[in-house]
This record gives sequence, C-alpha cells and structure tokens, in this order.
Amino acid sequence: MAPWLAQALPPAVVLVSTLAALVIFVAGEAHQRLRIWVNLIAATIKLLLVVWIGLAVLAGNTFMFRFELLPGLELILHADALSILFASLSAVLWLVTTVYAIAYLERSPNRARFFGFFSLCVSATMGIAMAGNLMTLFIFYELLTLTTWPLVVHNGTPEALAAGRSYLRYTLTGGVVLLVAMAWLYGLAGNVEFTPGGFLAPLVAEHRIALSVIFAMLVAGFGIKAALIPLHGWLPKAMVAPAPVSALLHAVAVVKAGAFGIIRTVEDVYGLELVAELGMRIPLIAVAAWTIIIGSLLALREHELKRRLAYSTVSQVSYIVLGIAVGGLLATSGGMVHLVHQGLMKVTLFFCAGIYGLLLGVSRIDQLDGLGRRMPWVSTAFTIAALGMIGVPPVVGFVSKWYLASGALAADVPWVVGVLIASALLNAAYFLPLIRRLWLTEGGALAEMPIEIGALSRLALVASAVATAALTVVLGMLAAHPLSPLSWVLEIASGYAPW
Amino acid sequence: MNPAVLLVGLVFIPLVAALVAVILPVRFRRPVALLGALAWPLLLVPLSIAVARDQTLTLVFGGWTPPLGIGWRLDALGLVLLWVHALAGIAALPGAWHRFGPKVVAAAPFWPLWLILSTGVNAALLAADLFNLYVSLELTTLAAVALIATDDGIAALTAAMRYLLLGVLGSLMYVLGVGLVYAQTGSLAMDQADAAAIRDVALVLMLTGLMVKAAIFPLHVWLPHAYGNAPGPVAAIMSAVVGKVALVALWRIWFQTAADPPDLLADLLGLVGAVAIVYGALAAYMQPRLKMVIAWSSISQFGFLMLLLPLASQTAFQGAGFHLLAHGLAKAAMFLAAANIVTVLGSDSIRHLPGLDKRMPLEAFTLALGGVTLIGLPPSGGFTGKWMLLTAAWEQQGWFWLVLIALSGLMSAAYVFRILALTCFHPARRAVHELHARPPKITSLAALLLALLAVIIGLYPHPALELLGRGLPGGAS
Repeated sequence: MAPWLAQALPPAVVLVSTLAALVIFVAGEAHQRLRIWVNLIAATIKLLLVVWIGLAVLAGNTFMFRFELLPGLELILHADALSILFASLSAVLWLVTTVYAIAYLERSPNRARFFGFFSLCVSATMGIAMAGNLMTLFIFYELLTLTTWPLVVHNGTPEALAAGRSYLRYTLTGGVVLLVAMAWLYGLAGNVEFTPGGFLAPLVAEHRIALSVIFAMLVAGFGIKAALIPLHGWLPKAMVAPAPVSALLHAVAVVKAGAFGIIRTVEDVYGLELVAELGMRIPLIAVAAWTIIIGSLLALREHELKRRLAYSTVSQVSYIVLGIAVGGLLATSGGMVHLVHQGLMKVTLFFCAGIYGLLLGVSRIDQLDGLGRRMPWVSTAFTIAALGMIGVPPVVGFVSKWYLASGALAADVPWVVGVLIASALLNAAYFLPLIRRLWLTEGGALAEMPIEIGALSRLALVASAVATAALTVVLGMLAAHPLSPLSWVLEIASGYAPW
Repeated sequence: MNPAVLLVGLVFIPLVAALVAVILPVRFRRPVALLGALAWPLLLVPLSIAVARDQTLTLVFGGWTPPLGIGWRLDALGLVLLWVHALAGIAALPGAWHRFGPKVVAAAPFWPLWLILSTGVNAALLAADLFNLYVSLELTTLAAVALIATDDGIAALTAAMRYLLLGVLGSLMYVLGVGLVYAQTGSLAMDQADAAAIRDVALVLMLTGLMVKAAIFPLHVWLPHAYGNAPGPVAAIMSAVVGKVALVALWRIWFQTAADPPDLLADLLGLVGAVAIVYGALAAYMQPRLKMVIAWSSISQFGFLMLLLPLASQTAFQGAGFHLLAHGLAKAAMFLAAANIVTVLGSDSIRHLPGLDKRMPLEAFTLALGGVTLIGLPPSGGFTGKWMLLTAAWEQQGWFWLVLIALSGLMSAAYVFRILALTCFHPARRAVHELHARPPKITSLAALLLALLAVIIGLYPHPALELLGRGLPGGAS
C-alpha cells in the first residue's frame, strides 16, 4: 500500500463524518433530502473505509498518522486489530442507526442539529478507536462528551436538561480525573504509544505506588462512561433522550468508548502482567463482577422498559472489563468480543423499545402485554436479542459467555463462573417476563399513537431492528468463520494473553 | 535596516492616525481610524520574523542608552500579546464600524479614542523602563475609561467612573513604588534595577497597583461592570488586551526581582489566583446577563495567569503565555457575539437567550467555541495552555496547583454549559418581544473566525510555544 494512503486513511475515517456534520449544519433545517443523502453516503463511505483498512491490516499492512500537537506530545491515529474491532462495530451500527433515526425523527423539529451532532459523535468514536496513544484517546474521549451532550438534551424538556446536567457532571469529572492521571503518566513515562503488553514495566521498581494510583484513576475516568457501579448514575437518567440516542449511548459509542479505554489501559499501557503485579487485577475483576450482579439487580427493580434496558447495559458492559481483567486467551477474547456482541443485541433492544414507544406510546413494562401478535416482526427481534442477553445459543451472547466462563476456569478464578451463572439467572429473571408478556399474555387494545408516520419510515424502523437481530443470530452461528468477530478477537487476544 | 526601527510604527501609526482623525470633520474620522487600525498590524509580520531570528529587539531613542535614555524592547511575550491585540482589534472593527457611524453622536470621540487605546497598549507592551510603562498604562486606562462611556446608558457611565477612580488609585500606587525604586537605585530600567534593593515596599506597591489594573482578585471590582456595560467592540478589545497589558508588566517586574526558588510571596500570590479562579467562576455561574457572565469569567481566567508566579518555570511560562493568547482570542470573540445579541434583542438578559440558536446560529456557535476554549477542552488553545501548566505543576510536584488547574475546567464548564443549555435547549423557547435590525453578517463572521482561531491554535501551537520557550518574561532565565 502506498505510504501516503497508510497515513491518510486513519484521519479520513475520522473526518468523513465531521465533513458530513459540517454539510448538515450549513445546509440547515430545510434541506431534508440533502441531509438524508449526506447521512447515508457518509455512513456508507465510512463503512467501506473501515472494511478496506480492516482487510489491509489482515494482510499485514500498517496504518499510522502522526501529528505533533505539542513539543513531545503527539496525536497518533493508527489501525491495529483492536481499532478495527471497535471501528467496524461503530461503522456498521452507525449506518443502521442512521437509517433508524431518519425514520424515527421524521416529523420532529431540530433535525439538522440532531444529525449534525450525531455525525460528530461518530467522528469522535472513530478517533477513540483509531487512537494510538493515551493523549489522542483522551482528546477524542472529551470530544465525545461534548458532542453527545446536545443529543442527550435534544428534547429540551426539564427532564432532558436535568439528564444533560447529570451527564456532564459525571463525564467531565471523569475527564478531569483522566487529565490528572495522564499528566502524571506523561511526566513519568514521556510520550509513549500504545504497545501490546504495555510499556510501564521498567518503571515499576521506582514508582510502584504512583503507577497503582494512576491505574485506579484511569480506570475510574474511563469507568464513568463504561458505567461501572457506583459511577453509573448518569446512564439511566439519559434515557429521556430519543431512542436513536439511547442506541448511540448504549451500543455504538459512549459506554463502549469507556470500555474500550479500559481495554487500552490494561492491555496497551500497563499490560495485564503489570496490573497483576501491582495487585490491581483482582480488584478490577471484583469491580466488574460487582457491577454485573448489582446492575442486574437494579434492572430487576425497574418497571420502565428503557430504564430496565439501561441497567442491563450497566451489567453487560462489565462483561468486557471482566474478561480483560481475568485475562488469558479465552477470557480476553470473551470480553473483547462482547464489545461487538453486546452492541448488536443492545441496539436491537433499543430499536424495538423505541418503536413500541413511538407507535404505541409504550414505556412501561406492563404495557407490553400481547404486543407479540400486534407487531410480530419487532417482537421477534426483541425476543431474539433478549434471549441472546441471557445467553441462549445460537445468539451471540452465548458465545461471549462461553468464552468468559471457560477463560475464568483456565485462568484459575473459578468463582467468576459463579458470577456468570448468577448473572445469567438474573438476566433471565428480568428478560423472560418481558418475553412472556409479549407473547403469552392477552393485551388490552392499545390505541395507535396520534402521529403520522409514512409507510416507508415504518418499514425502515422495523427493518433496522430485524436486521440487527438477524445479525446477532448469524454471527452466533458463524462464530467460527475466519472473518467473524470471534476469530478476529482470538487473533487479537493471542497477541495480548500473557498466560 | 535595523528592524527595531519598525517599533516606532507600532506606537506612532495609531497615534498619528488619532491626531489626524481629531482634526478632521466627524464624517472622515471613521475611515481614517479604520486605516490606522489596519495599518499598524501589518508591521507585525516583519517584526515577528525579526523576533523569531534575533530573540529581542531593542530601540533606544536619541542615542542615550538606559539608564538615562528611553528605550523600547520587543520580546516574545510582547509579540504574542501584540498579535492578540491586532487580531481582536481587527475582528472588532466591523462591529465598531456598524455601530459608530457618522450619525451617531458618540462616533466623534469613539474613533480617535480607539486609536489612542491602541497606542497606549502597544507602548505599554514595548516599554523597557518603569516610568515609560507608567505613562503608557495611564494612556491606556484613560482611553479605555472614555471608550466605556461612549455607550449611551447610565450604567456604562457609572462603570466608567468606577474604573477611572480605581484605575487612578492603581496608578498612584504603582508610581509611588516606581519613585521608591528610583530613590533607592537611581535607575528605572527594568533589567537594571537591583533586585535585592527593591524587593520590599516598592515591589508590593507596584504589584498592587498593577493588580488593580489587571483586575486580579480581590482588586477586580471595576471589571464586571466595565466589561458588562461597555459597547461590544470595546469590551472585546479590553478583555483581549487591556487587563493583560498590566499583567504582562506585572510578570516582567516580578521575574526581574523574583527570589529563586519561589518564596512565600509567590505562593501567596498564587493562592490569590486560586481564589480568583473559584470565585470568578462561581460568580459567572450566577450572573443574570450574558455579558456579565463573560466578564466574570475573565476574573476566573486571570486567576490562572497568577499561577505562573509560584510555578515559575519555562514550561509554566509557555502555558500561561499560551493561555493569555487563547483566552484573549476566545474572550474577544464571545464579547463580539454578545454585542450582536444585544443589538438584535435589545438586551442580553439570559432570560431572552432561549431559542437564540435558531435566529442567530453564528453567534450561538461562537459562544460554544469560545466556551470550549475557556473550559480548556481538547483540542483548543485553552487546552494547550492548561496542559503546559499541568505539566509545569507536575514537574515541581506542586500537587495543589495540579489539582486546582484540573478542577478549574469543571468550574468553567458550569457557567459555559449553563449559557449553552439556555440558548439552544431550553424548553421555554419564548418569542422574544421585539427584534431589532440585525447587524451585517460580517460582524458575526468576524467573531466566529476569532473563536475558530482560538481553537485552531490548539492544533498548531508550535510557533507561539517556541517563542515563549526562550526565557522568562523580562529576560530573566
């Protein structure tokens, strides 16, 4: 591959949606057709670029873009296998979510603003995926905060504004913690790039305590977006935003960015061996396990559909952290692949919840009665994704859990298997009643919401949900295929796994 | 030709233009002033090249070298601030042109005063001795006072009066200190004053006087009303450079005389800065008017600049100097945007902001971009300054300063996002009572460009950082 291409492609992936955002902002509210086309074309181009880079990485090419931001401080965008994992997830889901959002917001005001920031969000997410050092990751992480806030408060209701305040309070505080940790780390180690296995081992003799504190700060800073309990408070509140935003927060970008940050910290900054040597591995496993269990318990308590899904995210995203912290080929793969699997399942669930809410005004769980017959396609998609969350084969959720559990046994932390079983039971406890209500309970006749929505939009909404649901099954069944997320992740993990 | 000769132009072009403008009938004043205000920034191009090559330029009048003669000196810090002055001044011109047309009564004094202000600022930045500095600062203050009063409103008049009284008080203290220095050392040249001899009452007097002029907490009381009630272009140029000129003078005098390592006085002044950061941000959060929010934010941001005294390293100076640059551009942009909002709505009460993003999207965008720089989010100029200061704090194990600098962004975020939430997302998008004629689009674009520049310098900070990396202010190393 030409050297200039290897340099230009990573920034291009980031900038495609920035450009789309600019066009959307400048065109303004009136040009709906233009906006739709720009959205779809940009999303497609981005997906193609990511696929192109992914295949080239598979063929052994390297991608690297460097820019000196400050003396001794570089902005680095690169593409390693892990970048591609996250980037391809976001690119695929961005395309689907864009289709869904165009239909969902067909008649609502302020769409230019919405789609503009939506695109900027994806730019920031791609930057996070492609970041080649902590500084770059941090910059795009803060940009992500900045660009999601307008989406969270989009409706402009007092609840939305309150949710926005809460979101900022949490995430900006997280940003400050990260900033201090990074200033400290750069002071100790200088300008260092992500290196598989970490680059801090030479410093441990002299700076053991400092490195432990910095690690805790980095995990806390990223943990706010990853919604580790007790740092999760903003996520359920943010449910007041429109459904596509929930999809973005939960599946495409925000919580994933937090989890991805933790992955980079553990694998590419510290290295799991060093984390274990600092005595941080077991606490990290414990925090993840605690979040998994408590998140599920909190989900059980909720009677609003979207809030229950939010707590389910809190719980499920910690699977990723759990897998990384347990370590070893199997558990690391299980954790990383859940980044993709959870995204697909959760986006399906939110698509469905959004459709129920938009068309029938359903927001509480007891209103789900009998909807299976009324909306068979949507309800089937919902059911598949919910079963996947519980871990029923052949949906992708099973694959993650299988690898996590066998990885825990291999890494000699058998109690983690207990956590996984408890979590599966709790997942069943809060998802099965929904499925029962959908299919087995006779429902009252809910009136159609008094909004006009075109047949094409309706089709787009349902098709998005069905497509992602189908993907969860197909990827689950083809997990052994050489291009499946699982095979991809096994390749990544074999580079990381220290034992 | 010695490029130092060009320094004369920085002071005399605006001065001569002001004199010409005063002589001419009122309707010619505006174009003459425009020419003058656009001419002197051209000199910055060759001067920047010269400074980049030769470090500092010195010009001595009449062959008399200091301590006897008067000298001017242009160093890196001065050059950075001259650029802020030039850029903010040019960006403010469209708004000023629109507002102070020949039919406006206040236009007669406005245009000459605008040039006098530039003269004073440039002379103060170039001053190489303490008395020369005093004269230049006086000129700046008096011109600024009169410019504030060109706004037709009783509030502006009161604010101007208050600024005048406090400004004169500050000058008196400063000149008293200068007198003591002269009595003790027999010299007024900044780089020849004997450090040990003046590190006492004289220094405290001079610092206090300059802190009044720079509106450093707790001597800031004149600033919110002055900036909040001045005409938009005046508020913009004042927030960009006028306070900062005094601060630059303070830095220079401080580092001529500073103890090494930093002593108790340095820590004390740093603490004053810390209180300013917190207090200013809290006050900004509670203001009922947009321009007052922006004005109080300045007090908070100036607190940052005081942190240079305890940190006292090259990295800290790069950070503080860069902060000066980024803040000057962002703040001027925000005041210009606010000025347009006042023109259209007839008020800048934040109750009128909801829904403004629809009617004035460029202004809303300017406020957002400026806000990002104020918070110091990456990638913006504000972040660069903050990061360098953080690094400096880390290098000296100054944990208190490190945490303070990191947390300050959160406090700025509180008032910035309050404004943005109100402007763009508030549920009560009330119809505003009456819309006045919209100022020409170029005024909005000028503000937006300035705000964009404040962000872009964060992506390409190398020239400024390189300049600021050559030694501490005042030539101390």
